[in-house]
Order: sequence, then structure tokens, then C-alpha cells
Amino acid sequence: MMKFFHKLGSPPYFYGFAGRLAPWLGIICLILLVIGLYDGLVVAPTDYQQGESYRIIYIHVPAAWMSLFIYMVMAVCAVLTMIWRVKIAEVIATASAPLGASFTFLALVTGSLWGKPMWGTWWVWDGRLTSELILLFLYLGIIALYNAVEDKRTAARSTAVLTLVGVVNIPIIHYSVIWWNTLHQGPTVTKLGAPSIDPRMLIPLLLMAMAFQFYYFAVVLMQARAEILERERNTAWVQQLPEVNGP
Amino acid sequence: MTPRRKKRLILVGLLLAGVTTGTALALYSFKQNLMFFYPPSDVVAGKAPAHHAFRLGGLVEKGSLKRRPNGLTVEFDVTDLKKSVHVQYTGILPDLFREGQGIVAKGRLGPGGIFIADEVLAKHDEKYMPPEVAASLKKAHAKGVTTAETQTP
Repeated sequence: MMKFFHKLGSPPYFYGFAGRLAPWLGIICLILLVIGLYDGLVVAPTDYQQGESYRIIYIHVPAAWMSLFIYMVMAVCAVLTMIWRVKIAEVIATASAPLGASFTFLALVTGSLWGKPMWGTWWVWDGRLTSELILLFLYLGIIALYNAVEDKRTAARSTAVLTLVGVVNIPIIHYSVIWWNTLHQGPTVTKLGAPSIDPRMLIPLLLMAMAFQFYYFAVVLMQARAEILERERNTAWVQQLPEVNGP
Repeated sequence: MTPRRKKRLILVGLLLAGVTTGTALALYSFKQNLMFFYPPSDVVAGKAPAHHAFRLGGLVEKGSLKRRPNGLTVEFDVTDLKKSVHVQYTGILPDLFREGQGIVAKGRLGPGGIFIADEVLAKHDEKYMPPEVAASLKKAHAKGVTTAETQTP
């Protein structure tokens, strides 16, 4: 097992492994997405309070979960980068940042679209909305810092420090609706005790959340491969790849 | 683990501990400012600002909603089940607004302790269920079966 992880840390092995795994993850994502969307938009019952409008939950909540999850992946990569200088961790963190920013943006936009008809406003500066907006700025700051430094390995190390400083925001986002009074309601699923959502509505939500997870894993592996090729373009093993060398 | 890595591990630990402590202290000292609204109890106790605008949050008290005959002006009481504040508002109410619903109103205190609102937002709870389940819950509730159904604003 440990041997496998050591092997994964080597760019040529990771490049081949990710290339074989990514298409399968993509297929699983598509299947889950189709079932989840159909189940959520057609099969699931309407809500007693919000009618049909609540169905935006099937995009909003998985996107918001992903925005936190991807940041945690980046934080783990940052620790691996700072202490063990693992090249693959640097690559995965780099590939994750734009995806995390996209999911955060999607969560904010769908939340805003949901807020207007239900709350009566597009935006308020309450604890949950503000901390999620800070998360978007963190992602953008991480992307900007990485691109501002010429040497990629130095860039990855500086980015790792910023990522670890920003990780304090993750529990704040989660607990914002519990610590302070906010316009955003409290957690429905991610809490101790039973979820306050009907099982027929919960199942498509979990399917969509899994679809988003698989989407992230598939895309991050493909992006990581591209990043590895760029970083290692002068090495012998990249020169010898059939897709680089050509027929 | 090599001594160099151990040193880096300690540095990472110190970085995380420092940032966490700093943020925790900052958030703790700004606790009151991070609240989105004041509950009616605080307003009645005089803890809300008297001379500038603030937000008031709570439930629309059942049976308190009155609509002025000509125009958009409504009056209702906002309660946190302990104290309540009388609110006056002219404008369009959100679709979810009704008696018993959680709301957040922005405005200022007028003469006689009346809250003059210039914006009313609806706050919904974290529960999602089909209408028939909600109806049967309500029926069970009316029969005296106690459920944890009190909506907290």
C-alpha cells in the first residue's frame, strides 16, 4: 500500500495512472449526473414551503460542498508540499484552484438566484454569504500568486503558505449559520442527527453531490497531467512519450 | 522523518495555530457586529441602536398582521416567543411572507417603540418536505403530539 503511494508520487507513474483512471471517473460522473438530475428535477416531490423553486438545491448545495472539499484537498496538498516537497501534491493543488474557484462562483450565483424569489434579495452581507465570498477571493488570490512567480516550484511553495493561512475560513463558512444569526438557514444534511429533508428529496441531492465529486476527480487528474507535461517537458521520459514524440 | 522535515512540520503547525488563534480572537471580539439581526428581546431591552438603522429578526406573530385599507402599508408584530416588537412597513413583501414565518426587517425605531421598516426579507428554515408530509405533521401537532417543530429564526 505505502509502496503504491510512493509510486504515485513519481510524475511518470502518476501521468500514466491518471490517464487510465480519468475516463472512467468521467463516465461514472455522467451516469450519476443523468440519474441525479432526472430524480431531482422530475421525480422528487415539490417542497411544502418553496414549491418548485427549491430544486435549485440540486446544483447549489453540491457546488457549495465542493467549494469546501476542494479547498481541503488543496490544504492537504499544501502540507505535503511544505514538509515533504511532493511534486504531485504541488501539481494537484495547482490543478484544483480553478475548479474550486468555479464551484465557489457557481454556489454564489445559484444562491443569489435562489435568494431573490425566496428571501426577497439577491445578496445580503450575513456571515454565510460573506465567508463564502471570501473563499472565492482566496481561490483567486491563490491562482494569481501561483502565476506571479516565475519558478513553478517556488510558486507552489508560496501558494501553499497562502492556502494554509486561508484554511481557517473553512470552519467559519460551515459554522457561520450556527455561531451567528444569519439570513441563510442552518445546515440541513451536514450536522449531527437526522437530515431535515425528506428522503425522496435527499437521494437526488446525494447523487448530484457524488456526480460533482467524480467530475472534480476526473477533471483534476486531466489538468494535473497537462501541468506535469508542461513542468517536465525537458525530461527524457516526456520526450519519449508517443503523444509528445509523434509517430 | 529527517530533522529538516521535522522542523518544517513544526513551522506548519505553528502557522496553523497562530492563524487560528488570531482569527478566533478577532471573531470573538466582533461577535456582536457579526450578528445579522437583533432579536425582539434585545430591542425591547434597549440593546439595539436607537438612532441609526438596524435589522430586526423573528417570527411574524400569528393574528397580528393588519393591512391598511388603501395602499401597501402593513403592520405586524415580530416575536422571538419571549418579547415582541410592532413593525410598520410600506412596500412589496416577499412571497414567503405570512404569519408564523421567520423574517428579517431593516429599519429604525420610531416614536413609541414602533419599528419602521424599509425592507422586509423572508427567512426560511432548513427543512424540506413535500406538502402532504407538512400537512400530516401539522395535523399530528394539532392533536397534541409534540415534535421538534418550533421554527427558530
